[in-house]
Amino acid sequence: MSAIDPRKELADRLGLSEVPPARFRSTSDVIDRLRENDYLSDEAIASVTFLADRLAKPVLVEGPAGTGKTALAKAVADATGARLIRLQCYEGLDESKALYEWNYRKQLLRIQAGRPDDSTAEDWHALEEDIFAEEFLLTRPLLEAIRATDPVVLLIDEIDRVELETEALLLEILSEYQVSIPELGTVRATQIPMVFLTSNNTRELSEALKRRCLYLYVGYPDVERERDIIVSRVPGISTTLAEQIARVVRSLRALDLKKAPSVSETLDWARTLVVLGREEIGDEDAAATLHILLKYQADIEKATKELLGKGKSLA
Amino acid sequence: MLNVLGDFIAELRAAGLPISMSEHVDAGRAMTIIDMSDRAMMKATLAATLVKDGDHLPVFNTAFDVFFATRHVGDVDELFEQGEDGGNDADRDGKGAPTGMKSSGRPMGMGGGANSSLSAEELAEMLFRALRDNNDAAMRAAAQEAVTRYAGMEPGRPVGGTYYLYRTLRNLDLDGLYDKLVAEGATTGDDQLAQRLARDEATARIEALKAAIEQEIRERLVEDRGAEALAKSVRKPLPEDLDVMHANRDEMAQLERALRPLSRKLAVRLARKRRHKRRGPVDLRHTVRKSLSTGGVPIDLRFKPPRPAKPEIIVIADISGSVASFARFTLLLVHAISSQFSKVRSFVFVDGLDEVTRLFEHTDDPAEAVARINAEADVIAFDGHSDYGRALLDFHTRFAGEVNKRTAVLILGDARNNYHQAHAEVVADLRYRAKAVYWLNPEPQSYWNSGDSIIQQYAPYCDRVIECRTLRQLEAFVGDLA
Repeated sequence: MSAIDPRKELADRLGLSEVPPARFRSTSDVIDRLRENDYLSDEAIASVTFLADRLAKPVLVEGPAGTGKTALAKAVADATGARLIRLQCYEGLDESKALYEWNYRKQLLRIQAGRPDDSTAEDWHALEEDIFAEEFLLTRPLLEAIRATDPVVLLIDEIDRVELETEALLLEILSEYQVSIPELGTVRATQIPMVFLTSNNTRELSEALKRRCLYLYVGYPDVERERDIIVSRVPGISTTLAEQIARVVRSLRALDLKKAPSVSETLDWARTLVVLGREEIGDEDAAATLHILLKYQADIEKATKELLGKGKSLA
Repeated sequence: MLNVLGDFIAELRAAGLPISMSEHVDAGRAMTIIDMSDRAMMKATLAATLVKDGDHLPVFNTAFDVFFATRHVGDVDELFEQGEDGGNDADRDGKGAPTGMKSSGRPMGMGGGANSSLSAEELAEMLFRALRDNNDAAMRAAAQEAVTRYAGMEPGRPVGGTYYLYRTLRNLDLDGLYDKLVAEGATTGDDQLAQRLARDEATARIEALKAAIEQEIRERLVEDRGAEALAKSVRKPLPEDLDVMHANRDEMAQLERALRPLSRKLAVRLARKRRHKRRGPVDLRHTVRKSLSTGGVPIDLRFKPPRPAKPEIIVIADISGSVASFARFTLLLVHAISSQFSKVRSFVFVDGLDEVTRLFEHTDDPAEAVARINAEADVIAFDGHSDYGRALLDFHTRFAGEVNKRTAVLILGDARNNYHQAHAEVVADLRYRAKAVYWLNPEPQSYWNSGDSIIQQYAPYCDRVIECRTLRQLEAFVGDLA
């Protein structure tokens, strides 16, 4: 069977003169180059990033808050020397904020400026052509990513916050890398951007959206990886302390807490302990700094009881 | 390869994963790009293209391990005519039978430890060292040894491996191993945290060992019986499709984990639905204000935000042994989304009735309240056998006044009344007073009205009687209700 190169296929469809070269050579290449940018990936993350590039497909990244979903997109942008274009989603986001909008003030000015006293029907047609030109188009992040001529990484952050109907706006971009504007026609991408979507899973995304994306679940890292993350992100920390921190955090995550500590909170805690000049964590240090890891009083009490074997007195 | 992929996807679909045609195509295409002798890469690729929900990953992992068991990677390559490095595994001694057919390779009869040179003590020592040093390769080797020695596997037996796992683990002194690991790990005196960490580390390593043993058993079973047959016997339903009434302890824990995100999603969905449903009446003030920009002509009408009344809910749940777990889940779900109702009151009964709303009021964690129900609710009046008639009559005398036209009454139970009186007229009167009366029955519909089940006597007076056995059904019902 003849292997079809998805990148070539997409390039043909977009009418590009040549197929843009792939960004990564192999999975290990992804791992290395992300590490250079202070992002420690694992096998799954690197594989999916590699595949996304080769298959020219968007990636839907899901997982608990604070596990480095947004950071992944940033690191990929840095590693490939691309510009990061970010669309932060929120409830009520619509196409005029996400895709494009006509700059009607400028259009109005144009109409008034070009109004001769003896205007005819032809003039009007010319004018109409004119005011719906690209000059009067305000590009929003999605269109910007499509029209960009330099390499870009598009990050659509917290996609689960928009309504189901708004999701539909994205479908054309995600599968065809193009945007249809009724007055202008179809705008096609001039390169193949990498697209990352992140979701905290507060609602079920539509099947149509999921089908168009590769899926990557980023959970909490295991002890070894979390230790390495701490070491790489917190200057001046010893490996022993990092290991101990990672283990405490794993034990905490195993408890049934309202909000388990995220990786970013782990890093905050590590920085605190370094500032305090600790080389290892004793009971008192842990009790005194637990509030950096845990954000609910009930959780703090539970953790103190479980991990330190004490009642509320120390919390 | 395409056939194996097809079978694999068929298995995933059978386990309940929704996999579309285009995802199948994507997976096939991705396979042409990657290096298929790299098993981790292959797993990541298939997961990325086929699984679109984090909750489905465990099911995927099990199926993957069965279909693409380590020893078979070479076979897969041969099928795809790419594998020049056919014999990549030193211990791969099968003749490369295609996956899905009974292997004619090495015999399975390995009981008794005939070809094992280690004594039981040496094996235990080997295990301990591997775990202490956190050496994965050594641990896998030890796991293989343990399975060979203790599992007593017989070829052709149609089992899923749980039995072999049990036999192997029984012979390994895991508790002793655990104690030794803890002793090794805990260095300094009475520091509570350090001890706890040592315990958790030991637990994690023992769990890893168990997983390695289970994996080893599965691989041998795949060789014996073929992937498809085995996949069928180790297939587990998704958490939301588990039968709540017959869940074992592990499944219960799974259900509880699944419930929290489920209720959160449900609450978000309901809040959105409420906000986006219809608009309210015309807001005159806002309209006039808006009309000033169009010279006083009200072109755009403005509307008040809608305020649909939230329903009131009364839950009456049977918490006798047979249906207790179902009642717990329903109470949890209803209280977890209680912000979507204007009022929630909960009653539990066996043969007496008690209100438990107070337990939920002073805590923000419904799970804690549900845990306290068993200890604190006063539900046994006589012999501790369910008496629906008595409990409903009791409810009617004490609380009928609380039921009004905005109230939805939910009765949970299997209606197995132990041949007591039904008092169906009480339900009839409740329906007259309430907005609606629903009966959720956790038994399969085919069991209804058999034995002492008297659901048919209540059914005519309920708006709906619903079979509700899984979290999925429960969620759908509660979603319609709010």
